[in-house]
Amino acid sequence: MSQIPLVPESEIPLPRLRDDNGLLSWIASIDHKQIGIMYLLATLFFFALGGIEALLLRTQLARPESQFLSPDAYNELFTMHGTTMIFLVVMPMLIGFATYFVPLMIGARDMLFPRVNALSFWLLLFGGLLLYFSFFAGGAPTAGWFSYVPLSQRAYNTSPGLDYWSLALFGTGIGTILAGVNFIGTVLVLRAPGMKLTRLPLFVWMNSVNSVLILGALSLLNASLIMLFVERQFDMRFFDEASGGDPLLWQHLFWAFGHPEVYIMVLPAFGMISEIIPVFSRKPIFGYAFVAGSTVAIMVLSYLVWAHHMFAVGLPRIFNIFFALASMLIAVPTGVKIFNWMATMWGGAIRFTTAMLFASSFLILFTIGGLSGVSFAVVPIDWQTTDTYYVVAHMHYVLFGGTLFAIFAATYYWFPKMTGRLLSERLGKWHFWLTFVGFNTTFMVQHFLGLMGMPRRVYTYPADMPGWALLNLISTIGAYILAVSVLIFVWNLVVSWRRGAAAGDNPWQGWTLEWATSSPPPVHNFERVPPIRSHRPLYDLTPAERTNQAGWSAVSQEIPQPTYAPATLALGIIFVLWGLATTWLISAVGLGLIVLALQLWFRQK
Amino acid sequence: MFPFDTASPQSAVIAELFNLIAVIAVVIFIIVTLGVLWSAWRYRHQDGQPEPRQIKGNLPLEIGWTLIPLLILIFVAVRTVAAMDLVDPAPPVDPTPDLIITGHQWWWEIEYPQAGVMTANEIHIPTGQRLLLQIEAADVLHSFWLPQLARKVDMIPGQTRWLWLEVDEPGVYSGACAEFCGAQHAWMRLRLTAHAPDEYEQWLTQQAQTPAQPTTGDAAAGAQLFQERTCVNCHAIAGTAGQARVGPDLTHLATRATLAAGLLTNTPENLRAWLKAPHTLKPGTLMPDLHLTDAEVEQLATYLETLP
Ligand code: HEC
Ligand SMILES: [Cu+2]
Ligand SMILES: [Cu+2]
Repeated sequence: MSQIPLVPESEIPLPRLRDDNGLLSWIASIDHKQIGIMYLLATLFFFALGGIEALLLRTQLARPESQFLSPDAYNELFTMHGTTMIFLVVMPMLIGFATYFVPLMIGARDMLFPRVNALSFWLLLFGGLLLYFSFFAGGAPTAGWFSYVPLSQRAYNTSPGLDYWSLALFGTGIGTILAGVNFIGTVLVLRAPGMKLTRLPLFVWMNSVNSVLILGALSLLNASLIMLFVERQFDMRFFDEASGGDPLLWQHLFWAFGHPEVYIMVLPAFGMISEIIPVFSRKPIFGYAFVAGSTVAIMVLSYLVWAHHMFAVGLPRIFNIFFALASMLIAVPTGVKIFNWMATMWGGAIRFTTAMLFASSFLILFTIGGLSGVSFAVVPIDWQTTDTYYVVAHMHYVLFGGTLFAIFAATYYWFPKMTGRLLSERLGKWHFWLTFVGFNTTFMVQHFLGLMGMPRRVYTYPADMPGWALLNLISTIGAYILAVSVLIFVWNLVVSWRRGAAAGDNPWQGWTLEWATSSPPPVHNFERVPPIRSHRPLYDLTPAERTNQAGWSAVSQEIPQPTYAPATLALGIIFVLWGLATTWLISAVGLGLIVLALQLWFRQK
Repeated sequence: MFPFDTASPQSAVIAELFNLIAVIAVVIFIIVTLGVLWSAWRYRHQDGQPEPRQIKGNLPLEIGWTLIPLLILIFVAVRTVAAMDLVDPAPPVDPTPDLIITGHQWWWEIEYPQAGVMTANEIHIPTGQRLLLQIEAADVLHSFWLPQLARKVDMIPGQTRWLWLEVDEPGVYSGACAEFCGAQHAWMRLRLTAHAPDEYEQWLTQQAQTPAQPTTGDAAAGAQLFQERTCVNCHAIAGTAGQARVGPDLTHLATRATLAAGLLTNTPENLRAWLKAPHTLKPGTLMPDLHLTDAEVEQLATYLETLP
């Protein structure tokens, strides 16, 4: 018998991240690449949970007056679906990509604060688990991802789920804010020689602008979460009309966070698209300055539009007009981006890899979401469509057809850099087409359901509404197609990670610095970095610079010591929060962990 | 009319505006899609093709695709503000409501203050008349919405909102609570019947009458039970001691088409099923299960059915 294995191991031995790759090395890791991968794996896990929740919701809605889920179960699931996808998937997945690639793209050895970087990740993971623990501690939250008062007050919602909700989001929020600070510091301080701010890769630029947005928005959220928590626990009545408070105050606070949050979930995706479309069109981004500048315009405007979520509450007419105009205005810089991406493709030599398929269909799907978004700025249309399935359709076109498509594109684009292996293009094509068909089947019909009068967040709907049953069934079928496509994607990740084709350093002939090192990069990222003369440093290299690395400058290769301090600190913080929802004993343990972690933190240099 | 059936001047304005925006949106969508597809088809990479021309940008184009959308949006903004005033005119300085609608978890209290009529979940109005609605909430947020007739208005505890409502043609219009309000948000449906004016007067006169209380048989026993089995703590029936407003007014329950905010059609069987086990039919409802015997259910139902 032959001894040759059926599937040969790849011939090229791939460099390993660290010599000992055991679990402990990951927990102690403060390497941005390992942390980035942990972000992506953790958010993929939460994506699976959020996806299963969505499937259960759609199964319940497949038929009218269905008894598949109880109203309470439905309300738990839709609350958790929204909360999960926003706080534990889309936002941190983008942060995960940025954690891995921002230092590489600016030619840095790591993030500015590597230990803080690890802390951010562990807060996300433990915070997410704390949120999910509510299922076992008396019930998940049931007040929606927006937790409007008075419904979220104790008088109407005694389940501990809402306390877990506010505490867990508070914990992950600290991590997100720290990540924002870290990104800003990294980009300001650690750029390679020659990389002026005007030469930043657009992904880095948009992620930096995004980090500024994070600082404001997430701080506001965390402050509001404290108010909600003390209102529930200590009867503080910030939001109680009868005691001189105002239920609308919560809405103002929440959306002053919530609308910037929409852009927090979109700007880094814009950045990904701005990297991927040029590389696969073999042309520089069209109108670099306009794409970069419009991002800043979006950031500023996004703080001024929150009350477009509140047109139906009956604010004074002049308020409504102000927020309507500001919301319309924000469409202009967004449109500028779309047109510049189109112009980048125009006249190029386009290679339709899976990454490019996702990126170019992003243009079409995001445009649909953007245009339906403009219709909410038209106040009378908002009065008709708000709180209906029309909004559900809109925001999935933005966050799924937009951001998630960009994330898929980025995964196919950067996976080779992270693992040294290409994702299978054959599986990728299946993944793309099933996602495209499944996505549009699920969400296109929801526009019409909304216009036909179907409110959102209903656990069921009457059987005698003409057309509702059919359109809902179609939507559910689409959701199942999407589930299949996600399975194919995960399968592709698994098999390609283990035995995908070797990628080499620069499989797509990219131009940014991450492609100037090995795949995966060594622990210290770069031996030397090339001279930088534009936002496409590798494109500008002369043949001599390319072949013998002439003129490349050496960079720091000092590797900081791994440490358990960040993970311990995060665990301590989450324990303290957990104790607030249960017993002070747990908080005491948490305090102990925090003291321990701080000692570790400050003893090591 | 696309995109939804409209039955009032206000909703016609909304639909017309929607169509205008839809046309603009579809045109932009087609431009973007054709642009992407054209590039995908025309500029696909060919084997052996050299690097394409490296165009970095074009200032006039940038100015163009900044200014043209801006101009379109200015036009849209003007139309928006004009439509806002048509769809939602301001209430008079010193408003007297024709109807007071109060959102409760999970039913609607409907009051006609001038006629002194109270009902629930089903609004009746005359056609061709512009009525002023006072919008209130008793507990959490709700949102009053009749898709074919008027804008949505959130109902906020402790704050009053006003809404003008009018209907062109007689008919039945369905609506719902649009703001998530807890376990039974889905079954907080609303039904509006528009009558020709004289028909409406008949309805109102009938609702304003105080029914005679039964004195014999099951109905009388039911009346007795209604007082004893705590129903009276939550429900009002005109002409009795019961004036509570925790649950729907039951004075003219028999004239209503549905029960429990649209969940059930109002048939004798459904009424009995509801009294027997409200939580099985509407899990989470604030109407308690009082563990009535079949005989008690029969007597209470007979009583409620004989009232009009
Ligand atoms: C604790 C307060 C409470 C008590 C006691 C109570 N109910 Fe109710 N009842 C309600 C509420 C609240 C509703 C609205 C339920 C819903 O639609 O979710 C309701 C609904 C109803 C309805 C349907 C009304 C409609 O218009 O749809 C009937 C009939 C009814 N109750 C009869 C009774 C009878 C008979 C009793 C006594 C045996 C009783 N209720 C006791 C609170 C109460
Ligand atoms: Cu918004
Ligand atoms: Cu509701």
